[in-house]
Amino acid sequence: MFNNDYILSVTQLNEYVASMLKRDILLENIGVRGEISGLVKHSSGHVFFSLKDANALVRCTMFKQYADQIRYKLPLSDGMQVLVRGGAMIYVKDGQFRVNVRSIEREGSGAIFERFSELKKRLEARGLFDEAHKKALPYLPQCIGVITSPTGAALQDIINITRRRFPDMNICLCPVTVQGASAAGEIAEAIRFMNRKKRADVLIVGRGGGSIEDLWAFNEEIVAQAIYDSEIPIVSAVGHETDFSISDFTADMRAPTPSAAAELCVPLYDVLAEKLDRCQDSILASVQKTIELKDSCLDSIMSSAVLASPRNILESYKTRLDSGNKALASLIRGAADRARERLGSLTAGLEALSPLGVLERGYAVVKNEKGDYSSGVNALKVGEEANIIMNDGSVLVSVDEIRSGANEKR
Amino acid sequence: MKKGEKSFEEALLELEQIADKLSKGNIPLEDMMKLYEEGQELGKYCKKLLSAYDKKLETAEVKLNEG
Repeated sequence: MFNNDYILSVTQLNEYVASMLKRDILLENIGVRGEISGLVKHSSGHVFFSLKDANALVRCTMFKQYADQIRYKLPLSDGMQVLVRGGAMIYVKDGQFRVNVRSIEREGSGAIFERFSELKKRLEARGLFDEAHKKALPYLPQCIGVITSPTGAALQDIINITRRRFPDMNICLCPVTVQGASAAGEIAEAIRFMNRKKRADVLIVGRGGGSIEDLWAFNEEIVAQAIYDSEIPIVSAVGHETDFSISDFTADMRAPTPSAAAELCVPLYDVLAEKLDRCQDSILASVQKTIELKDSCLDSIMSSAVLASPRNILESYKTRLDSGNKALASLIRGAADRARERLGSLTAGLEALSPLGVLERGYAVVKNEKGDYSSGVNALKVGEEANIIMNDGSVLVSVDEIRSGANEKR
Repeated sequence: MKKGEKSFEEALLELEQIADKLSKGNIPLEDMMKLYEEGQELGKYCKKLLSAYDKKLETAEVKLNEG
C-alpha cells in the first residue's frame, strides 16, 4: 500500500505501528523471562526497569497499581531473575516498545518455592489450616472414598492395604487427573461430588511421587478450599514422605504415602473382632464365676448350724414326746391294773353275794307263773304254776296250798 | 448408618464397660442378669455392623455441576 514516497507525520507513524501491535492478541498478555537491570523506583510509585537476556533487552514499566501489590512480597533488585506478565506495546508518545508489567514472579529454582510459601502464608492466614476445624476420622467407616488417578500406583497401594486390613471394606473411586492444567479443578469437583453424594465416610485425596510442578495441583487454592469445606473427613496423601503440599496442611490428616493413608482410614478387622470376642468371653466368665460363688454361698448357708438346728429341736421335741407317751402309757397301765384288781375283788365279793352262789349252798329260788321272782308266798297263787330254781336245775310245780306265816328272822 | 443409631464405636465402648463392671463383681444377681442380656444385645449388634460389607469397588464418574 505504501511506497517509499508516502510521507507520514511522526504521530501517524507511531499510531500506525501501535495499532498494529494492539491487534495482536498474543501481545496483550504475555510472559517474558529475563533479568532485571536499570531498576528505577520512581517517587510516583511507578517502577521502571529493563528486562534482559544474553542478547537483547526490552524496557518495562510497572505502574503503581501493580507495583504496590508486590512491593513487600517481592522486593525488586537488579540482577533478579524474574518472569513478568503483561502487555507488549508501543507508546505513541515516544515510539518506545515496552512491556506494561502487571505481575512479576521470581524465576529460577527459588521461584516455585516462593509461590508455595506465599500461598501457604495466605491460606493459613485465612484459617484454612486451623486445627480446630479438623475432623476426626471415623472409627469404622462404611466406605472409603479415593480421589486419585485411576492408572497410578497410588490407587493400587490403597486398594491392597485396604483389602489386607479389612477384606470386605467398600471402596468408591472417583478418578481424576492429578497433574496439568485441569487437575486442580477436577480434584476440587471430585471432593464436592463425594460430599453431595455421601458415597463415603472418609476420603483419601492424593497421588504418587513427582516433582513440585507435578504435584502443584494439590497446592492450588481451589483444592484447599474444597478440602476445607468438605464435611467428610479427608486424608491427604500427596507424593513422597518428604513432599508437603497445601492439601496436607488443609486436610484433616496427612499421610506420608497413599499406603499410609489406607492404614489411617481402614481399621483392622481382626482387631475389632477380637475385641468383641474378648468382651463377650469376659462377660460370660464373670457371670459364671458369680453364679458359682453364689451357689457355694448357698450351700454353706444350707449346711450351717442355723438351718440344721430346727431339725435338732424337732428331734428333742420328738424325744420328749416319746418319753411323755411312755410315762402316760405306764400310768394308764398302772391304773388299769389297779382297776382290774379292784374289779376282781369286787367281782369276788359280788359273787359271794350272788343268789346263784346261794343256790350252790342248797337254797332254791322261786319264780311265779309270770316269771317274776317271788320273794314270798304272796307272789304265788293257788292253782298257778311256779318254777323252783335249784342249783342243778329247775322244778315246775303247781301250787296246791299256800301256808303263810313268815319265818321270823333271828 | 442412620442418625440416632449407635455407632460401632459407641456400642463397643458400652460392651467393654459392661464387661468391666461384671468383672469387678459385687453386683446383685438381678442386675447382673440384666447387664448380661444387654451385653448379648450389644455383642450381636456389633457383629452385625462388622459384617455389613460388600467388598464393593465402584467407580463414580463425576459429572460437573450435577445436582
